[in-house]
Amino acid sequence: MAKQHKAVALISGGLDSMLAVRVLQEQGIEVEGINFYTGFCVEGHTHAIRNHDKDKQKRNNALWAAEQLGIKLHIVDVIEEYKDVLLNPKHGYGANMNPCLDCKIFMVSKAVQWVKENHTNGFDFIITGEVIGQRPMSQRKQTMPIVAHESGADDILLRPLCAKNLPATKPEIEGWVDREKLYNFSGRNRKPQMALAKEFGFTDYASPAGGCCFLTDKNYSDKLVDLWKGRGSRDYEMDDIMLLKVGRHLRPKPDYKLIVARDAGESKFLQGYRKQLPSIQVISHNGPLTLVDGTFGRDDYQTAAGIVARYGQGRDSDEVEATVTIPGQDVVTIKVKPLTSEQVREEWHV
Amino acid sequence: MSEYELDARRMLCPMPVIKTQNKVKELQTGDILNVICTDPGALSDIPAWARINGHEFVGHDQQDDELIITIKIG
Repeated sequence: MAKQHKAVALISGGLDSMLAVRVLQEQGIEVEGINFYTGFCVEGHTHAIRNHDKDKQKRNNALWAAEQLGIKLHIVDVIEEYKDVLLNPKHGYGANMNPCLDCKIFMVSKAVQWVKENHTNGFDFIITGEVIGQRPMSQRKQTMPIVAHESGADDILLRPLCAKNLPATKPEIEGWVDREKLYNFSGRNRKPQMALAKEFGFTDYASPAGGCCFLTDKNYSDKLVDLWKGRGSRDYEMDDIMLLKVGRHLRPKPDYKLIVARDAGESKFLQGYRKQLPSIQVISHNGPLTLVDGTFGRDDYQTAAGIVARYGQGRDSDEVEATVTIPGQDVVTIKVKPLTSEQVREEWHV
Repeated sequence: MSEYELDARRMLCPMPVIKTQNKVKELQTGDILNVICTDPGALSDIPAWARINGHEFVGHDQQDDELIITIKIG
């Protein structure tokens, strides 16, 4: 009996990776999925935090896609390893802080490692939902071979949706997969994918369209660059990148910034960081919890609390009472005049 | 058969799933795992992860802002 060859698929949770898997399943190939969590993936985070997002659907798209496809999914935490990809991208950044090409190479290389570890279980090749011309940085005709080569995947990397536009890979040459039943999609036009989705009966799917990663977002990238500038070093921890997704960020001095909750949901989320970071809370009126990140001394209390008061219900009062809490120290209560909107300078907003 | 608890409070999607996945590797068939979460998204993600990986989602309990999600290892 001929050996049953299996594939591992990079699953983002979007339509293209779902289609790539189903194309192979139609040929009788057993597929399992792999999904990498970098810390920057857009998932339910902000939905889980903000009040106005409470009604949005909360699901991990990769898990949901795997369940629709009837495949196992391995979610891998690559937060630490990903730092080097983001901080030192060999191929540079896209429009923002998105190192898309290096990211794709990294993820395929991790899939290569997974295939090696699971080769005895029958896994021989990798598939992705990449389409030539779909993404301006990582999915171009010129970059397809770069991803295959630099990841170490070489000819075991198959892109079922655009395989006919690329040289035949080992699964096709060896006859594990019928090349004639693969596709020749190219460009940014989504109609071929939509038609194939309809053929496969996929009616509900996520459409990331470049929005699956916070690093493609200008506001988020600006906050990340500001974080590095404020600290004088390009580094980050998981908590840093989580906090960049939450609140209004203001930097009144180079030494510190304020993270002001925008609603009760964010205030509640920021509460979890009060043992790690200084915090400011107006106590005479309702107002947002604010965290302070950086070097923050008594000379800064009035300005910082004045800004915080600006975003609470006491904004029009002559004076409000606020507490400043530094972890490990006594809570300090101060009286402060809320800043006016004109006094909160535009350049402070990150 | 034993019962275990996993603290995934304050973790946001998909970290509760990753922690669950890693904990389950240490457990035996028939063991029960209670995952304590604060991210409401975990209520769709952990049962989905259990279903596709051959485990049983037994149920969940809500206590204030905490969810306790119970799965039985397959």
